[in-house]
Formats: sequence, structure tokens, C-alpha cells
Amino acid sequence: MERVIVSMQDPDMGIKMRNQRLLITVIPHAMTGRDIVDWLIQKYSITEEEALHTGNFLVKYGYIYPLKEPRNLCLKQDETPYRFQVYIHTIYLARKNIRKQGELIEYEKECYNALHKRINHTWDFVVMQAREQLRASKQRRKSDRIVLECQEQAFWLINRPPPGVMDILEEGPERRNGANTRVQLVSGILETCAVDIEHNRKSLGRNRIKSSICLESFVKYCEQYQDHDPIMQGCLPSNPWITDDIMYWNMNAEMVPMPTKLRVERWTFSFMELLNDPLGKKELLTYLEKEFSGTHTLHINTHIQWLAKVFIPLKRFHILQFLAPGASRWVNIDSKTMEKTLQGIKHPHRFVMDDAQMHIYFLMKKDSYPRYLKSELYKNLLARAVVPQETKKSVFPFMRRQRHSSPSPALVTQTAEDNGKAQPNTGKTNTGTAAQI
Amino acid sequence: MGEMEQLRKEAESLKDEITAARKAVQDATLQDTVSGTVVVSRVQLKTRKTLRGHLAKIYAMHWSTDSKLCVSASQDGKLIVWDSYTTNKVNAIPLKSSWVMTCSYAPSGNMVACGGLDNMCSIYNLKAKDGNVKVMRELAAHTGYLSCCRFLSDAEIITSSGDCTCVLWDIETGTQKTVFAGHTGDCMSLAVPLDFKTFISGACDFTAKLWDIREGQCRQTFSGHESDINAIAFFPNGNAVITGSDDATCKLYDLRADQELITYQDSSIMCGVTSIAPSLSGRLILAGYDDFNCNIWDSLKAERVGVLAGHDNRVSCIGVTADGMACCTGSWDSFLKIWN
Repeated sequence: MERVIVSMQDPDMGIKMRNQRLLITVIPHAMTGRDIVDWLIQKYSITEEEALHTGNFLVKYGYIYPLKEPRNLCLKQDETPYRFQVYIHTIYLARKNIRKQGELIEYEKECYNALHKRINHTWDFVVMQAREQLRASKQRRKSDRIVLECQEQAFWLINRPPPGVMDILEEGPERRNGANTRVQLVSGILETCAVDIEHNRKSLGRNRIKSSICLESFVKYCEQYQDHDPIMQGCLPSNPWITDDIMYWNMNAEMVPMPTKLRVERWTFSFMELLNDPLGKKELLTYLEKEFSGTHTLHINTHIQWLAKVFIPLKRFHILQFLAPGASRWVNIDSKTMEKTLQGIKHPHRFVMDDAQMHIYFLMKKDSYPRYLKSELYKNLLARAVVPQETKKSVFPFMRRQRHSSPSPALVTQTAEDNGKAQPNTGKTNTGTAAQI
Repeated sequence: MGEMEQLRKEAESLKDEITAARKAVQDATLQDTVSGTVVVSRVQLKTRKTLRGHLAKIYAMHWSTDSKLCVSASQDGKLIVWDSYTTNKVNAIPLKSSWVMTCSYAPSGNMVACGGLDNMCSIYNLKAKDGNVKVMRELAAHTGYLSCCRFLSDAEIITSSGDCTCVLWDIETGTQKTVFAGHTGDCMSLAVPLDFKTFISGACDFTAKLWDIREGQCRQTFSGHESDINAIAFFPNGNAVITGSDDATCKLYDLRADQELITYQDSSIMCGVTSIAPSLSGRLILAGYDDFNCNIWDSLKAERVGVLAGHDNRVSCIGVTADGMACCTGSWDSFLKIWN
């Protein structure tokens, strides 16, 4: 029920508040019984009877307050104006606030602020109402006033507005899942069942790899990248966040004349690693140019440029750029793929280049990439690559132990069973960090 | 209802068969496989920078691919682009709707996107010629709140929404290219791998789905969680998915084995996971929780090896830079902290 009230009050999707007429007075920000019923019918796709019934409950439990006959707590499907209980509570708090000049009790203050945020758009109206009521109450006798105040306070202590109003600020919008939405029509269920079955059938036919193999691959991957993970192993020359020295980033910038050893080693992990590094790509291109210089390069170049113009984004064609040097092979093998691609270009769609691309990619991966890694060019680069020195962090003269400028946050030790020795492999532990504990 | 009963029985039997097939490939336990690996006994990350400037809860943050700039979204109605190293605010973008729930940085660094209860994804151009950051596109077609968005390129973006669908948009024209429907609960988060051919989404129906972008179909569904999946990320090798859920656990699902392989849980943790991010090597998984901390898990041994404590309210978002150097946590206490 509270959810219904909250969604009713949603400024966009809820019931539109209008100025309602009560006999001759115009009451702003109220809704008619008719409105409530209509909204319920529309939102929850229920019948009129059910909407009326639900609406009645809302009134009986006090969430909505009839303005015409306060004693008769039932929903009339007509022009009788209603208003949300929350508004009345807000008005009460506003009144109290004005009167006591801000000395509300703690929880009331919270409520007040939260409500303020929530019904910001009608705040002026609320304050106006509060002032009105204050003025009216001044006309009563003092003793009456005190009694009424106590009564109201007690009332509101018990009847605070539904928690749903505050929660939406904390928990975010209501989350739906299959369990708590209303029951779907039968045909809807049949459809979803059929879709499920289809999906499950396909899923059954899938080839599943053994979990041992999968787990092994994770272990290998983590091991391979451990040295490259700054959080695991620290980074040389120094961690810029600690030493405020950006040399690490400078040394690993996109295009440096001399890359670091770690970076060059990383190219051996996979073809994607090489391609993802702009420096690596440039090196590969240089290598291929050296190998295949002069073979039909002009012819293929024009093809590539024409293909590249047809599609955006151009970055998809980085791989195609490799075609220039590797031309002879591409022309011989790939005529079928080329044809298919050219056909597809007549009716271009997003993936038409994928076939050609994939073909070239696998070609390079199987052929050019391993050859590059074995080539003199690569080996020379690896030999010349820089291993940065760890920068010495300036320390006070009386400090005996040198602080590491690039500690690895992770304390990593070799397991005892692995190498048969009792003590951990000190090569991997970072003594600097351990000493700081 | 004869037909319905029949269909239901068929669906059930298929499900059982799938469960059996999955069990059949479970031929090794985690303990055996990882017994030889190095032990990570303790991970201690310290706060290096605190990014102050937001005035209300931070709901989302995303690193740029250059590992220095990041964007954060807060319900004070601002999207701030930070230079995290100098803690300067590069851009402070006022939003039309302050109920923002997600933000994303384009891989090119030219655009940022955000969205929330306004059901729209707004794209802002950061590199406009006149220097002002303006709304470039407003992608409106969802009938529910926008829970997450991720750029595939400067021309395409994927969004997940509370209307249980994910959508691939063409940013130039502002139209929907593909609608990925299949979840039966609000989609809460999504993640895109490096090859941009697939993506995964986690939803309030307790499942995560792997979608093929090209075909618009769901390729795989992973279940096992007992509550809403709030956060999802790819394992760095692209073959596994890690999810974080309101049931206080994180799980690792392998795409090739088509099942859950590892669960990260601890009896002392009883609050939901709000956000998740793996370190560069994948050995560490950082997860933000409702109890104001982040826990660091050893992904292979499934043990907790560290805590990032420093926030005064719920940690709502977490991200690790592309170079793996630092991680950033954003919280409802309106601060972003960079840890290292």
C-alpha cells in the first residue's frame, strides 16, 4: 500500500493535483475521488471495482484524507476532494517550525528536511497553509490551543506518514522483479515460457569447458600479469601517487624513444597486447615493411583507403593498415573474403568489415606476430629496453631504513610447499612495506 | 491450462539437464588448482588523494582510459571531471535532472554520459570548439530509470535500465539500434569487454546475462545469486565475469565453463555489495559494500586480504585505472578517495 502511495505522489507519473472545488471554495493541490480511481485503473490495469476497493483501503488506513466529510472514511468516486496525509503532516511540521522558530525535535527536523526535499515543488503552498492555520489558531482560547497542540503531537507521533516517502531518497526507486510485479496475463506467461525453453535448448547444446582448465587459465593469467600489476608488485621507478614524481608516466607515455623492459615483455603475452600498445603497433609495422617492401603495395593501399572511407570509425582499420606491407599474402588468399566484403559494402551494415578484419587478424596472429617476436628487431629492442631505477626517496638523516618509493601494497609470499623451503621467498616480499607495519 | 503445464514441465526438464551438463565439467576444486600459487597474505592500500567538491551523495564514477582523469556523478546535480592526480576539477557540468545514478567516460576522452531517474541518457561533449561543455544528445526511450551506461566508441553507447532492458544507441542520430530484452527484473549494471563484441548485464532477477551485440541475443545466463545483482565486471582476461550482489557475496562466473566457479563470501559480511572492480592482473578483486568499507579479495584463493576503510557512508562506486595503478572509491559521504 505504501508503494502505491509513493508512486501516486511521484510528480511525473502520479496523480495530477489540481485546484478542486469544495462547494464554493477552491482548494488547491487536491485530487478528486474520480482521479484516484482512474489512476489506479490505469497504472495497475485493474477493474473499476478493484480500484474502488483499493482506494477505500487507502482512505480507511489514513493515507488519504477526505476534505469534505472527514468522518466518513471511504472513497467516493466523484468530485469529493482528497489530499495526501503527507501534506497535512508537512503543514503541521511547518506550522510548528514557524511557531517555535526552528526548535523542532530531532526526528521531526529530519522528517521536515526530508519532506522539504521530497515535495519541493509544492513547498510554497505548504508554508502558506501553515501560516494560515497558525493565524486561525491564534483566535482560539489559550487553553484550547494547548490541548489541541498536545492532541496533534500525540496524533502525529503515532501516525507518521508511511516510510515509503523517506525511503525513496535512501534506497533509490522501487526495484521490480518478476516476484513483486502484478501477475501477468496468461498469454504473457506462455510467451515467456516459450522463449525460456528456446533459450535453454540453445544453452544445452553449448560446449562447456572443464572447470579445471578454466581455473588453470586464471592462475596462469594472474601469474603472468603479476609483475605488471602495480597494486601487486609496485612499480618502478616510483609510484607517482606517493613520491609526486611523474617519471613513471613519462617513461610509459604512448610514444617514447625507449620503452621499458616490462612494456616490451608484455607484447609477448598476446597479439592483442601488441596491437593495443601504439608503440608496439608501430614496431610491428616497421618490421613488416622491412620484410615485404615493394610488393604490390600501391595497389593494396588504394583499396584500403577506399574501404576506410566508407566506414567510420576509422580505428577499425588499424588492422587493415598492416595490409600494405603484407600485401602479397593477402591478395593471394583472401579473394573470397574480399568479394564478400565488397558485396556487403553495397548494402553497408555495421559488421560488414568484420569478416575481412577477422581473416587478416588471424593471419597476422598466426604468422606475422610469432615471426616478429623471433626477429632481430624485437630482440634488439628488448635488450635495449630500460629497467628504471627505483628513485631514492629523500629521508631524514637519522632514518636507518630507506623507505621504498614504490612499495607494493600486496604482501606476496611463495607457499612453503612449493619450493620445499621453510622460509618464504624473500625475492618477492617487499621488505620496505613489511617494516612499516 | 494443459499447454501451460506442458511448457512449464519442458522448461523445468531443460533446466535440470543444463544443471547436469554444468556439473559434468566440474572436474577440479578451486583449492587443488590454486595450491601452487603465491600467497597474497595482506594488501594495504592507503588513501593518496581525496577529491572534495560534491555536495551530496556520489552515485557513480568512471575512469578515463588515460588513468588520470575521471568523472563522477552526484545527486547535487553535478557531473565533475577530475584530474585525480592534481585533484583539480577540470569540468563541473550542471545537470538538468539531479537524480543521476550513473556516469561514463568515453574511451576517446571526448565525451561523458550520465543518466538516472529522468529515464534518459545525456551525452556531453567535452571537447566542443567554444570550450563550453554542452549536452550533445539526449537519448530518451527507456520507460524506466537509467541504472548504467557504457560507451563502445564515440558513436555508440549501451545503457541498462529499470525497465528490464538494455539498449544499444547510435549517438549521432540519437536512435535505438538494438534492444536487449530478456531480464525479468530491473537491469542494475553492465560491463563491456575489450573486444566490444559482447557485454554483460546484471539485474534484479538475480541473474547475469551475456549478450551478443551483433545479434541482439542473450548468449548465456548465469544464476546463483540470492538477491539483486548490483555490480558486474569482466575479469581482465575476458573469459570470466565477476558480480556483486545484495546477498553479500561476489561470484566469479566462467564464460567457457558456463557456470559459477568461485564465490567470495565471509560470514562476518552481511551487507550488500554495491560495486566491484578487478585489479589489472585480476588477482585482486575490490568490492564496495554497504557497511562503508571496501573489501579486497584474493580472486584465486577466495580469501579476504585487505580492507579500504575511510569513508563515512556507503561506498557506492569503485574503479581501477586502466594502467592498474590506483583505484578510486566514491561514497555517499560525497568524497572520492584515490587508493594506492
